[in-house]
Amino acid sequence: MIQEFKKVWKQYTIGMLWLLGLLWPMLGIHPDGTMTFQTTFTVWTYILAGSFVCLIIYVIKVSGSLKFFADPISRAAGNLKTTSTALPTWTWLAAGLIVALIYPQFAGRYGTDVAISVLLYICLGLGLNVVVGLAGMLDLGYIAFYGVGAYTYAILNTTYGLGFWICLPMSAFFACIAGCIVGYPTLRMRGDYLAIVTLGFGEIIRIILNNWMELTNGPNGILGIKPIGIFLPIFENGFTFEHFWMKKLQLFYYFALGLAIVAAICVYRLNFSRVGRAWESIREDETTAELMGVNTFIYKLLAYAMGAIFAGLAGAFFAARMRFVSPESFTFLESAMVLCMVVLGGMGSIPGIILGVAALIALPEVFREFESYRMLVFGATMVIMMLFRPAGLIPAKRVGTRSEEREG
Amino acid sequence: MEYFIQQLINGITLGGMYALIALGYTMVYGVIQLINFAHGEFFAAGGYVGAIALAYFAGVGYMDSHPVICLTAAFMISMAYCAYLAIGVEKIAYKPLRKESRLAALLSALGMSIFLSNGMMLTQGVYDKVYPSELFQGRFDFGMVTLSYLQIMIVSLTACLLIGLNLLVFRTKIGMAMRATAQDKTMSALVAIGSNRIISLTFAIGAGLAAAAGIMYGLYYGSVRYDIGFVPGIKAFAAAVLGGIGNITGAMIGGLIIGMVEIFGAGYISSEYKDVFAFIILIAVLYFKPNGIMGENIDDTRV
Repeated sequence: MIQEFKKVWKQYTIGMLWLLGLLWPMLGIHPDGTMTFQTTFTVWTYILAGSFVCLIIYVIKVSGSLKFFADPISRAAGNLKTTSTALPTWTWLAAGLIVALIYPQFAGRYGTDVAISVLLYICLGLGLNVVVGLAGMLDLGYIAFYGVGAYTYAILNTTYGLGFWICLPMSAFFACIAGCIVGYPTLRMRGDYLAIVTLGFGEIIRIILNNWMELTNGPNGILGIKPIGIFLPIFENGFTFEHFWMKKLQLFYYFALGLAIVAAICVYRLNFSRVGRAWESIREDETTAELMGVNTFIYKLLAYAMGAIFAGLAGAFFAARMRFVSPESFTFLESAMVLCMVVLGGMGSIPGIILGVAALIALPEVFREFESYRMLVFGATMVIMMLFRPAGLIPAKRVGTRSEEREG
Repeated sequence: MEYFIQQLINGITLGGMYALIALGYTMVYGVIQLINFAHGEFFAAGGYVGAIALAYFAGVGYMDSHPVICLTAAFMISMAYCAYLAIGVEKIAYKPLRKESRLAALLSALGMSIFLSNGMMLTQGVYDKVYPSELFQGRFDFGMVTLSYLQIMIVSLTACLLIGLNLLVFRTKIGMAMRATAQDKTMSALVAIGSNRIISLTFAIGAGLAAAAGIMYGLYYGSVRYDIGFVPGIKAFAAAVLGGIGNITGAMIGGLIIGMVEIFGAGYISSEYKDVFAFIILIAVLYFKPNGIMGENIDDTRV
């Protein structure tokens, strides 16, 4: 254990001193011409203590002193895994579904509200997963399609009075068009250029939403969007349909759940279809894919369009739930947040994304008093995941074995 | 006509700032083929440290007696701070991922950018940090056209930094080592050039230039905020791409063009959509001429 500690203590000390030097000018120099060390030192000590605990745990784990403790746990986990695979997958899915169905009966209004945003973000995350996880193109303007979907419903509803169910496919359609418009010129680019161009497109769409006063009412947003309406058959005095506005949160929860399930099934089916394999080949090596007869252009465009459709659907639901849209909801930070969820859970892995979304939406709700640290933690999560576990918490299952895995 | 010349002057001032930021992108890309997403945050951090230093000097009382020395010191401190920040960021977030896929490095860079901008928000607050406005109050008036001392200072300092960088890269041993590393890491390692040190140095120089641009931005617009790094960062990236990424001269020219386009677009077309013009140029360049106007040189001008 001492041996392992010797390897890291130098780096750790240098890193901590670097941090101290970084923090002090930001915290210790005041405009009235005084310099203090107290605040800096306090903050630094907290960070030092926290990271030292992590370091010690890491060192113990590496040195193997944790075996007496970790071995039973990994054995238990292994047992759990065998029992879980012994039962057919549908039992777990059914159990999950039942929990999701009865959840709003036990959760209060607030809990349901959080669950709805988890479900909408699952749909968003799955859509982004098609682009980033399956086709391997980093899209940083993804939230713009969400915005297009939300604004489509908002405008069609407030201006033309169209109902939700007509607008839902139209939202998907317009988002798809936007996806193709963004996708078409950008598809010739490689990874990092693509990222920054999609970021630029996302900003352009947000700026247009912000400035096109006649259509979008600019930064004030659109108010008074109607919630989802449904027709229910009424059997008094014969047979008529009556129209209901769904203002109850619980009902909305079920629609969001339906959306998330549909998205999950679609992405699952896509993943293991011919299209999914084509995407995977593009992600692994575009030139080879083209050589093997994959029409990379069409498939990349299709990935964009599919991702945008899911975002558009989620956007329409978002507008119906909030009953208010403004450009503020579709900033770059939202894109980064969805991306962070996908990265945390595991790119290409559906259960991973669900876990990632649940972690990044639900945990901040639990730790409400640390609200301002949220984005800081998101950024740090992305870096740490990339450094230590680039495949995510639940790595995606791959079809077949890969050459590099066989060699290693 | 007066309006045109006025816009031209404003465009050069802004373009110089973009050029300074774009150099960091282009140098880092030249050496390790990575878009440093956190570069805009170095720019913002430079602006913040400059504001803190100037406020401190004003608080102590040096500002009234020796304004020029104080400003020079603020530039020095801010550039040093950002170089120090950039070296650490490179060691933490990029160096371990150099062998991994580009997507991993890109996501790590993006995470670092979010982390840094929120770190600044937490330490400095969400409100604007005001720059002292009494510096460089005077201006020349030529009829309708005005040329403020501040603009002269920004343009001349930018020119000095750009010339200094050119001398460093093309006239010194260090610059030669940088160019060698950019061309071929293995070969340069064989002739005893430590690529890790060169990469750190590249990050430090790029961040230092961005920090100088940050102070200029603060002086020019009067305040800085924690999220200013984002939009100028993308515009500077557009400038780097326009000039041909990896090409230092190209980044300078690209920065000037982007600054001009933004100012003229805001002046003649629409000021609401001024941010859009840079993005459109970025997309158009990548679509029609992905190598940029200076082309991708494979000879020794590439860093």
